[in-house]
Amino acid sequence: MGTIDQSKIRNFCIIAHIDHGKSTLADRIIEKTGLLTVREMQSQVLDNMDLERERGITIKSQAVRIVYKAQDGQEYIFNLIDTPGHVDFNYEVSRSLAACDGAILVVDAAQGIEAQTLANVYLALDHNLDVFPVINKIDLPSAEPERVINEIEDIIGIEAQDAPLISAKTGQNIEDVLEAIVHRIPSPQGDPTAPLQALIFDSLYDSYRGVIVFCRIKEGTVKKGTPIRMMATGAVEEVVEVGYFGAGQFIPCDELSAGMVGYITASIKNVQDTRVGDTITDNSRPCAEPLPGYKKVNPMVYCGLYPADGAKYQDLRDALEKLQLNDASLFYEPETSIALGFGFRCGFLGLLHLEIIQERLEREYNLDLVTTAPGVIYKVYKTNGEIIELTNPSNLPDPAEIDYMEEPMVKAEIMVTTEFIGSIMELCQERRGQYQGMEYMEETRALLRYRLPLNEIIYDFFDALKSRSRGYASLDYELDNYERSNLVKLDILVNKEEVDALSFIVHADTAYERGRRMCEKLKEEIPRQLFEIPIQAAIGSKIIARETVKAMRKDVLAKCYGGDITRKKKLLEKQKEGKKRMRQVGNVEIPQKAFMSVLKLDDK
Amino acid sequence: MELYVHIPFCVKKCDYCDFLSFSGDVLVKAQYMNALERELLAAAGECEGEKVSSIFIGGGTPSTLEYGLVGKMMETIGRAYSLTSDCEITIEANPGTLDNGKLQEYRASGINRLSMGCQSATDRELRELGRIHTFDQFQKQYEMARICGFENINVDLMSGIPGQTVDNWEYNLRIIAKLGPEHISAYSLIVEEETPFHDRFCRQELALPSEEEERLMYEQTGEILKEYGYYQYEISNYARKGQECRHNVGYWKRMDYLGVGLGSSSLRRNQRFHNTRDLKHYLTLAEKPQMIREEVEILDWQDQVEEFMFLGLRLTEGISMKEFQKIFGKEIREVYGKQIEKLKNQGLLDVKGENLHLTRKGISLSNQVFVEFLF
Repeated sequence: MGTIDQSKIRNFCIIAHIDHGKSTLADRIIEKTGLLTVREMQSQVLDNMDLERERGITIKSQAVRIVYKAQDGQEYIFNLIDTPGHVDFNYEVSRSLAACDGAILVVDAAQGIEAQTLANVYLALDHNLDVFPVINKIDLPSAEPERVINEIEDIIGIEAQDAPLISAKTGQNIEDVLEAIVHRIPSPQGDPTAPLQALIFDSLYDSYRGVIVFCRIKEGTVKKGTPIRMMATGAVEEVVEVGYFGAGQFIPCDELSAGMVGYITASIKNVQDTRVGDTITDNSRPCAEPLPGYKKVNPMVYCGLYPADGAKYQDLRDALEKLQLNDASLFYEPETSIALGFGFRCGFLGLLHLEIIQERLEREYNLDLVTTAPGVIYKVYKTNGEIIELTNPSNLPDPAEIDYMEEPMVKAEIMVTTEFIGSIMELCQERRGQYQGMEYMEETRALLRYRLPLNEIIYDFFDALKSRSRGYASLDYELDNYERSNLVKLDILVNKEEVDALSFIVHADTAYERGRRMCEKLKEEIPRQLFEIPIQAAIGSKIIARETVKAMRKDVLAKCYGGDITRKKKLLEKQKEGKKRMRQVGNVEIPQKAFMSVLKLDDK
Repeated sequence: MELYVHIPFCVKKCDYCDFLSFSGDVLVKAQYMNALERELLAAAGECEGEKVSSIFIGGGTPSTLEYGLVGKMMETIGRAYSLTSDCEITIEANPGTLDNGKLQEYRASGINRLSMGCQSATDRELRELGRIHTFDQFQKQYEMARICGFENINVDLMSGIPGQTVDNWEYNLRIIAKLGPEHISAYSLIVEEETPFHDRFCRQELALPSEEEERLMYEQTGEILKEYGYYQYEISNYARKGQECRHNVGYWKRMDYLGVGLGSSSLRRNQRFHNTRDLKHYLTLAEKPQMIREEVEILDWQDQVEEFMFLGLRLTEGISMKEFQKIFGKEIREVYGKQIEKLKNQGLLDVKGENLHLTRKGISLSNQVFVEFLF
């Protein structure tokens, strides 16, 4: 392939609120440009993982290159970069955006602008992207494109009168989008002869080729043999192959030059060396400085992951290792729990990230897991001047050694229809939110701004938000700062013994309520045993709540004759299987389910 | 060896019953008995050189069979099998289907033990259970059986019937004990799936006694029956000394047994298998026992040990540790030392001489004990 005319390249992404049809539009664009026939297309080509397809969200960035013959008779190269669609992955989103020159904003013709729509648009505008709107789902009976167009102009302030009105589902007016890409997304700039400067927006581990780096070439050219250096991590390798993205496959080419989007392989062993946001340069002719915006993302949410079957510890370790090859933001280190045995303390970008990793471990690696309550990183200021970053409640020092503690806060934006403002404000209040203001988007909708402690929103806040707004509220948040807070460690005692895996850090004001609900929930979950079992919640040595599981009185089969024996044996085996799924704490057997059921306590 | 014969017919299925039973017309019953005869004859070949020490004709309701059918079957058995001289031969009967003629036929055919499903001495409870007879009917047939010469009678009773109080239960028990059958089986009602009771249970329309009451009934049973000279020899079985049901004890001691008839189970040379539960299939292929047997399970050493424990411990005398060693070639403590210690400490198991047995508490929680003995 010869040099490509930069003016014929369009690098863009699609941004949208979850479920507004981003992936479906991407599918239609790919289909229309003939890269795949309809028959070859599995729905939502870019969402590779089963999990992504099932949940309807994009977890990893993906890219695809397509060729479009426009109405002006010219052929254009489209590089569509699909971005993750969840606040947990905001940094990844920002790096994907930085790899683009423009963005298509998809807005649902029925629902209009949502919290993530705004957040993503602002993010795109921050990256100086040209954004043009597309109104999707016009085939819905409840579609109100006019209203949504006005909303976009009023709220976001971008021109929307000639926004294509489409249905990604039926394929209606997709050509309008393709033409708009040609005319409204700027072509890339950059000098192919300048020193190499390429932005990493994702990477993928392949067991044959090592790490495959997804990048956007900003300046210069890269080809086989170029000695490259990742500027932040310092890793140096020689390029083995460069290429671009077919649909679901990698197509090698001679070189990638300024303005192009593609991949590089260089026998890199570890994704840790190819951090998203890092700049690749030519080690023999480096650029003056890296591209702006790199930061090392750190996990925000931590929890313990334990194999249900203690013998599977090594399997879990191997699986985490493999997942980490592809996921530089996944953190793990071994830890031991008295109740759960050997496992790992794992760090995640957010709760969705946690759930995804958990599900992948269970499905792809066939592991049965016990997860402990997720927590955030607390800063513990000790009286001796030492500062501890606490990720496991069990490691909290003795209260006498603690001067004070700080917890992370987030800035949250909640978009909600006016009828639910009351109940959402109530929820935020319950979760120790600090009201920061409210803006009416239009008559029936408002944007609520709150500062909230991260630990109040990581487990069930999103669910609670949805259930208290009949699904209408949407949420976006970003980490703000740390704030001093009156935090205590709540311990759960089962039969007078502390169960370390159930301890968690909580604000002193909500400790009583949480303790009470934990005890109630555990009472439901712990089956009756041969003796009475007290379940207590305690702060230090002070018991703040108690429930009792009564002793089992009867577990007997009245009849067992010749015809019952096989069935009886099966019943006993099932019972034994159930026992195996229990964790022995002291002399009490606690079902593994109990460790996780306490995560969801909001019952409103 | 023991022989079990299944008669799947009932006049009407009781509301708590999940056994393989259904109503059948005269023709189906005759066809069934014909098939049974073919199976009995064909299977006899497998039992050559073995003595049958007990026969149990169960169901369903064997007493729903028309006159002559039981006698004819017994004749077949007598011809094809070699019975011990003191062979215990039991037939199950529903008082609502018995009469003088049937009882005489049974006696004449060599049946020497009658097991009567009474369940309650209170008509309200009988109706609640969906039984087809009254208590009065039971009493009459009981006396008739005595007159016909049955010297070994069992009466089935059920505790934990919806609406039953502890006092109601005690009343039932005493009435029956006063009648003086040689054997009483007293079962706690179990709500089995796919029964009318289960549906009602799910709709929360089944007023079962509380767990406390139910256990109190159970505890009382042994004490009350003791007053009348019965002793408890199994979780749900009480008898006068020497009148235990030998056939059932055989199940708990893992004696070989051959089951004939629809859906019946067998234990033969450490293989467990079951006959088909499909009537049509059974009727056509009964003369080829191998063709109607399903789910053949070969018991290995571990399976046998497990069964020895969870069946044997149902008996109040428990299991003999000597016998364990004799059969399995290992000291029981070598195999289950840890479990035995734990269960003893929990007060569920006890040692008496050479025997290991459940405690009172252990009986009520016997599944918890048995689970420990699974490998």
